[in-house]
Amino acid sequence: MRFLREFRDPQAAEVLVRRIRKVADSLGEISFMEVCGTHTTSVYRYGIRHLLPPNIRILSGPGCPVCVTPNAFLDRAIALARLPGVTIATFGDMMRVPGSTSSLEREQARGRDIRVVYSPIDALRIAAQEQHRRLVFLGVGFETTAPALAATLLDAKRTEVKNFSVLSAAKVIPPAMQALLKDGPLRLSGFLCPGHVSTVIGSRPYEPLVNEHGIPCVIAGFEPLDILYGILMLLEQVSEHRAEVEIAYRRAVRPEGNPKAKWVLKKVFIECDAQWRGIGRIEGSGLALHSTLKAHDASLIEVKVEPAREVPGCICGLVLGGQRTPFECGLFAKECTPETPQGACMVSVEGTCAAAYCYGRIEEER
Amino acid sequence: MCIAVPMKVTSIDDDRATCVIGDVEREVRLSLLAEVHIGEYVIVHAGYAIQVLDEKEAQETLQLFADFQRDIGETG
Amino acid sequence: MRSDTILLEHGSGGRASRRLVEELLVPYLKNQVLERLDDHAEIELEGIRLAFTTDSFVVDPIFFPGGDIGKLAVNGTINDLAMGGAKPLFLSAGLILEEGLPIADLKRIMDSMAQAAKKAQVHIVAGDTKVVTHGAADKIFINTAGIGLIPKGVALSGHRGEAGDRVLISGPIGEHGIAVMAQRSGLDFAASCKSDTAPLADLVAQMLYAYQGIHSLRDPTRGGLAATLNELAVQSGVRIEVEESAIPITESVESACELLGLDPLHLANEGVLVALVPAEGASLVLDAMQNHPLGHKAQIIGEVCSKKFPAVILRTQIGGKRVVAVPTGVLLPRIC
Repeated sequence: MRFLREFRDPQAAEVLVRRIRKVADSLGEISFMEVCGTHTTSVYRYGIRHLLPPNIRILSGPGCPVCVTPNAFLDRAIALARLPGVTIATFGDMMRVPGSTSSLEREQARGRDIRVVYSPIDALRIAAQEQHRRLVFLGVGFETTAPALAATLLDAKRTEVKNFSVLSAAKVIPPAMQALLKDGPLRLSGFLCPGHVSTVIGSRPYEPLVNEHGIPCVIAGFEPLDILYGILMLLEQVSEHRAEVEIAYRRAVRPEGNPKAKWVLKKVFIECDAQWRGIGRIEGSGLALHSTLKAHDASLIEVKVEPAREVPGCICGLVLGGQRTPFECGLFAKECTPETPQGACMVSVEGTCAAAYCYGRIEEER
Repeated sequence: MCIAVPMKVTSIDDDRATCVIGDVEREVRLSLLAEVHIGEYVIVHAGYAIQVLDEKEAQETLQLFADFQRDIGETG
Repeated sequence: MRSDTILLEHGSGGRASRRLVEELLVPYLKNQVLERLDDHAEIELEGIRLAFTTDSFVVDPIFFPGGDIGKLAVNGTINDLAMGGAKPLFLSAGLILEEGLPIADLKRIMDSMAQAAKKAQVHIVAGDTKVVTHGAADKIFINTAGIGLIPKGVALSGHRGEAGDRVLISGPIGEHGIAVMAQRSGLDFAASCKSDTAPLADLVAQMLYAYQGIHSLRDPTRGGLAATLNELAVQSGVRIEVEESAIPITESVESACELLGLDPLHLANEGVLVALVPAEGASLVLDAMQNHPLGHKAQIIGEVCSKKFPAVILRTQIGGKRVVAVPTGVLLPRIC
């Protein structure tokens, strides 16, 4: 497993941790935020917090596209699943996300045709093979996934698979990062920027965070050495009173990103405002299908959707914004557990609250 | 939000490639890449290659970590 | 119970499965033997100790690399008995057949069961067959029950774990889970990844011969090593600490997990066992395992400690620490 194993080397990890401790020693309380669910999972999976000095906090922001998908989207997907002749295809991550009164998992238990796929390509294949069914693919994801959705849509159009459509909940992350800073009380020393999103978008979209807010940004990969190195680079910026956009994940991220992927995105999607579960409406943060693809736009399918209902007591928005920890939520570990998630942060395996529930108790002990 | 793995391209047929990680093979779409060659490594997400992995940069990063190790050795 | 209907999650061996058993099933059936919640029941009859167990097999696909549902059913029940230290003797097999199942498939499965039984020297002495209408079952479901004899001096149970015990594992994890999932996800393996389904009774006998004082044995089937270690931790009221770099895993399984976003600790194993062994016996047992064909990759992977609350802690390959959670939900490929 080349280019994975080398970035998990324990000796190199120890060296990076020692360097981190050295730089952090002369600094006060530091909070970095990551905005990528895969960073959240990696940090927990490798027990990275356990290795960092106590004055460094890693906050988990709204980086899980599954977690930030609002009830209304799930409710619409469920309503579509209940229509005769409709097949819902989705990434596995979405199955347990709670809508207002049900979930895709429950609907599947009730006999609706809901299928988990690894790729939108699989969904297109199903549509082509089962032309009597109307296939709706749930397009959830950030800029890492959106190009894959876009390329598949272009394929569907080109090969005239008329029964294939996408219900887009695709989002872009930089506007959310801006929104977090605008909203006030968050004191951040830096952003650990998402490595694979940046593979597509490059480093320029983070410049407003540096120019307008003076927040250091380092684009980091997902292996433990990548994350430690990213944290080290952020600490060095803080220590040297710099605020720049730097790329730690140089083997996968170029400053210009992936021009072809960006071009495919432009052909298929237009920017729109989007609703982020727990945070609210963020301008220019969503991706909707361009009118040239309206034949494949599932948001145009007429269906009656129940009015969306949020859970009282759920503070996912504050948790996603880094202003509260899971342990400060009244529902955490009581009504809200990984088995009975009440809100976004608990649903996904990498949601802040799910991770805290499963992995965090050892930190409580520290 | 982005589980993507480095895979080696072993064969290419138009916009499709056979790629391998460890000893697992999978068909991968190349439609998001401008140029890619057999033997190169690509980052694969949801069935698509989203970037060619820059091996030189990878080695440089690893060399940097090795230098850190050496520095610690020298200063104790 | 948090749902008013049964969900797939209730069958996946994780948190929900445990709740179903503890909150719904056990309360109705109340008795001391059952409440121990080991994989086998221990019954004493006129001075003879018997192990008795039952298991149902509903795996899809029914044919997979390395085996089929029949082989799985025979080995699975043999292993439940073996985890109690018993010599498996007799099995029963109940078949529920879906209308439309090809006879050729049934023949293949029966042959497979016969071979598996013969290999393990057990006899299938009772059976039953039912046919249900198309759609009422998924091709074939098999229930097997088994009886075995527990030798004198052997007392294996999930409750017996103690501080200082070493945690041993007999082989690499995730082989069965990946073999089955690969088929469903359309992954191709250059080297074939096969289910590790195998009868473990003989391996267990060798281990007990080397050191009779083994405390617990468990085979990490659905829910994987994560579920099993958590069960043992809770049953024994201990903390279990495991070293990630010591856990054997093949490159095939590791790569497949990377690709599909799966945690290998959650994958099912059908030819692997975990043992809690007092420190003094650990190297004797390890030697016995490594000298057996089904245990040649055996390792000591951790230790039992006595701490505040039962948990399973993993020391990660880069020296960090984290809790190994009980798996939640059904194992599905992820992109996030």
